Amino acid sequence: MDYFPLVLSLEVAIAATAISLVIALLAAWALSFLEFRGKDLLDAAITLPLVLPPTVLGYYLLIVLGRESWLGQAWESLTGSPLVFTPKAAVIAAIVHSAPLLTKYLRAAIESVDPIYIKAARSLGLPEWMIYLRVVLPLCQRAIAASAVLAFARSLGDFGVTIMIAGNIPGKTQTLSVAIYDAVESGNASLARTLVLIVSAIGLLVVWVANRMNPPQALRS
Amino acid sequence: MLEVRLQKRFSPSGDSAGFELSAQFQVGAGTTVLFGPSGSGKSLTLDLIAGFSKPDGGRILLNDRLLVDVGTGVFLPPQQRDCGYLFQRHALFPHMSLRENLAFAATSLPKLGRHRKVNQLLESFRLTEIAGRKPNEVSGGQRQRCSIARALVVEPAVLLLDEPSTGLDTTLRHEFYEILARIRDEFAVPVLLVTHDLEEAFILADQMHVLIDGRIAQSGSPREILNQPASAGVADLLGLFNLLPAEIKQLDPGANRSKLRWNDVELEGPYYPARLLGDRVTVCVRRDEISVTPKMGKAEKGSLVLKLEAASETARTALLHFAGGLIVELPLEEFAENRHHSEWTLRFPTSTLRIL
Repeated sequence: MDYFPLVLSLEVAIAATAISLVIALLAAWALSFLEFRGKDLLDAAITLPLVLPPTVLGYYLLIVLGRESWLGQAWESLTGSPLVFTPKAAVIAAIVHSAPLLTKYLRAAIESVDPIYIKAARSLGLPEWMIYLRVVLPLCQRAIAASAVLAFARSLGDFGVTIMIAGNIPGKTQTLSVAIYDAVESGNASLARTLVLIVSAIGLLVVWVANRMNPPQALRS
Repeated sequence: MLEVRLQKRFSPSGDSAGFELSAQFQVGAGTTVLFGPSGSGKSLTLDLIAGFSKPDGGRILLNDRLLVDVGTGVFLPPQQRDCGYLFQRHALFPHMSLRENLAFAATSLPKLGRHRKVNQLLESFRLTEIAGRKPNEVSGGQRQRCSIARALVVEPAVLLLDEPSTGLDTTLRHEFYEILARIRDEFAVPVLLVTHDLEEAFILADQMHVLIDGRIAQSGSPREILNQPASAGVADLLGLFNLLPAEIKQLDPGANRSKLRWNDVELEGPYYPARLLGDRVTVCVRRDEISVTPKMGKAEKGSLVLKLEAASETARTALLHFAGGLIVELPLEEFAENRHHSEWTLRFPTSTLRIL
């Protein structure tokens, strides 16, 4: 059996989770702690990937990151290779798939911190970013860890966006979910079954670990 | 000097009635107590001063520095207000040791001297030995001392305390009062303390503001307020007074005398300036200022005989409930000797009959 899709999926999920975590920590901070115009719009924009069909998201990304686009050309001139239909595109697909949900989880986590600690820190003259990094985040680190684990599982499972912008190139961009689709399409039932069992086992393990981390009620599966 | 003038409105919604805070007061050196029943807007006032909430109107000046001025749109964030805040639940950061709590607070100070300052305060509040422990590993009293030390690290211009002794036992409470006295004398930080505990207000306050329904009903020293409550609301809140509806029957400025009628009983009071015959007034008499003895033989002239309806005992005094809703406070021993009597003679010393 070819282990490439499994290894690629794990690599993509780890990279996507790390990047999603940074994005989600910033977005959750902005949504919970800052007051600015267009906050509702940002909130809606972050939720949008959760409700739009993956093909629509993939289409948008192709337009924004494709070889004809401004961003795609900038990337190509910088690195010498295109962005779409590479493993990096699979990472971007996984980020789009997991960052919105992670932002929602983290927002719930940081808003569960007793506001009395934030008030106390403010009255001590500490700047907002320091309060976030040294009071809020440490106080909900278990919930953040649990959320990151769930985000990892979600990154692992993207299909629609991945196939739109990373394609289905065996040995290059074919992730687990895409490989399962490919196996079913080509009538390779035993491979499909094995891959399905692997994905299910990883999913079960991840949910079990996340629940063991004792996150706040809102994040429990 | 902290000068506060604040308005904040909450319109009624659902099952909560509307509320309007409209308070104006000053906080000078020493300890100022904001005293009022729950729901009177005390904690809201502290939050508005600390910058945790935005007022609809008014301004706040701290040592001639403008913290809030709604008219010109000034609203300093809590970080720039120089207001130390002590929470009822201490609010020590649970993931940091006591020393780290102080050191973290000190990060807003200039680098030089941070360490010394933290050590000094740990020493001063007897926390050096346990400085490495987390808040949940030390006693309630130590947590309290640490939260005060932490608030003092940044040398606030005023210290705001929100019901700080609620839930403390008597020993801790008195330890806390001693610390507050030190803050006043040693650190010379003006303190604004919110409480609904009258005894606490009397122990601590140099100056007291009584807040009722979002308005300052009276300001003065605790003694002044007790001697002459400004309104029935204040007297009622202090809980130490009888409020008797009465009518002025006679006024004699020459003899500094007047006569009042309450429930068919004639009471003799001092002359009340700016009052007219026939005025309906509320007579306010402190429970412990009415002299009361068991009725022996025939009633004297000028005294009042009432039937004792019920009696309740507190730690030091007995409360005697008489017909007409009159309550008299008596030392416990004095009552114990005479508790079997059903009829008692009451005398109202002239000067104790204040009218509102």
